[in-house]
Amino acid sequence: MSVWTKKHLLDLKDLSREEIEMVLDTAKSFKEVSARNVKKVPALRGKTIVSLFFENSTRTRASFELAAKRLSADTINLTASASSLSKGETIVDTARNIEAMNVDLIIVRHGSSGVPDILAKHLNASIVNAGDGCRAHPTQALLDMYTIRERLGKIAGLKVAIVGDILHSRVARSNIWGLTKLGAEVTVCGPSTLMPIGIEKMGVKVSYDIDEVIKDCDVLMLLRLQLERQHEKFLPSLREYAKEFGVNAKRLAKAKKNILIMHPGPTNRGVELSAEVADGEHSVILEQVTNGIAVRMAVLYLLLRSK
Amino acid sequence: MPENTKIMDKEAMGRALMRIAHEILEKNKGSQGLCLVGIRTRGVYLAERINACIKSIEGKELPLGILDITLYRDDLTMVDTQPIVKETLIDFDLSDKKVVLIDDVLFTGRTVRAALNALNDFGRPAGIQLAVLIDRGHRELPIRADFVGKNLPTSLDQNVKVVLKDVDDKEDEVYIKNRA
Repeated sequence: MSVWTKKHLLDLKDLSREEIEMVLDTAKSFKEVSARNVKKVPALRGKTIVSLFFENSTRTRASFELAAKRLSADTINLTASASSLSKGETIVDTARNIEAMNVDLIIVRHGSSGVPDILAKHLNASIVNAGDGCRAHPTQALLDMYTIRERLGKIAGLKVAIVGDILHSRVARSNIWGLTKLGAEVTVCGPSTLMPIGIEKMGVKVSYDIDEVIKDCDVLMLLRLQLERQHEKFLPSLREYAKEFGVNAKRLAKAKKNILIMHPGPTNRGVELSAEVADGEHSVILEQVTNGIAVRMAVLYLLLRSK
Repeated sequence: MPENTKIMDKEAMGRALMRIAHEILEKNKGSQGLCLVGIRTRGVYLAERINACIKSIEGKELPLGILDITLYRDDLTMVDTQPIVKETLIDFDLSDKKVVLIDDVLFTGRTVRAALNALNDFGRPAGIQLAVLIDRGHRELPIRADFVGKNLPTSLDQNVKVVLKDVDDKEDEVYIKNRA
């Protein structure tokens, strides 16, 4: 296995297939730690990690914080609304001030694409992108790939469909980078108003008919309709979206028997998927959350131990 | 001096492991409440072999756990190549058990220190004993082995290699590698 040399995790676009596999392999070892009675190992003792969130988040923030704590790192969380950003300080200034307190790694989420890269350019600390605008959410894609690999034993050759608001989805973009690097066959599916022009160039197939797609895919990844990013009207109504693209038991009946239903959360029950599907036997939504901690532990460990 | 000096062959290793198995049972007055924990990588295979010896004596195997100490190392920031983290598999409760920790070579004692810390996170054993195939000296911590296959005086510029068929796909042996 190769040696990890990356200092930041900004986008899966920057990682090789070997590096992605190294994160997934390392995560496998960390999953056991969270299943112990004493859920803590001293690997990052004495390291300081700050999470800087300019957008709302439950899962990702809690997951990163638990990951850091289970590795014995010290953590603090800052949110935009409760920090000096609301007093007019620039992002780089805020981050530099935090770094001046001798911080080793900063986890950042921001509504604009590219903010983590700007911080990586101006700071000495390692930067982990926890979601920037519509561009990238690398740890989400890594935990999705980990879940697929754990459940189905491989990724190469699998047919993965990503359904929903592709246009605004950083989860979709990161998954497309990662899954295609690992050899999966990816199809994106959604209403034409929410399909980015030229997405085929990323090496994916495009479909506008979920009933066609669901028939032969191994993994169905549903995305949340990002209403907060939709400033124009992209859809006539949520009800129409649910009717055309929502996954319910009737639609699922046409799928392969061992299909995996995934969702990065938060789910809008009754829109992207019905309650019976979300809680059904094919759903691995909560496994994704459990695996998220192991994957983030692996990321923090690799980044902070490579220096 | 030749580059490699053979210290132990397959037969000698087998006899040493059988003797260690007998000593473990003698010291603990049987196998009641005993369990084995092998330190990755070679300690695990040695633990399996000692367990097989114990089965041939007592008629039953002991619970066997696998410990990866990477996350507990004190030199994580110092080593050049990043050690790969592997899984720890201890699927039984260590509380009130007598644990025999098994490794291939006892050297500075730092691996054992890390293993003791790691075991702490799995419960409170009634006691921990240490079995090693080779004790080569040069301790940097106050640690000693309870069961030793062979005491081997070495100099610091030598390297002790334990070769096991299960890992290395070569005949079992122990040799000293003299640095050129």
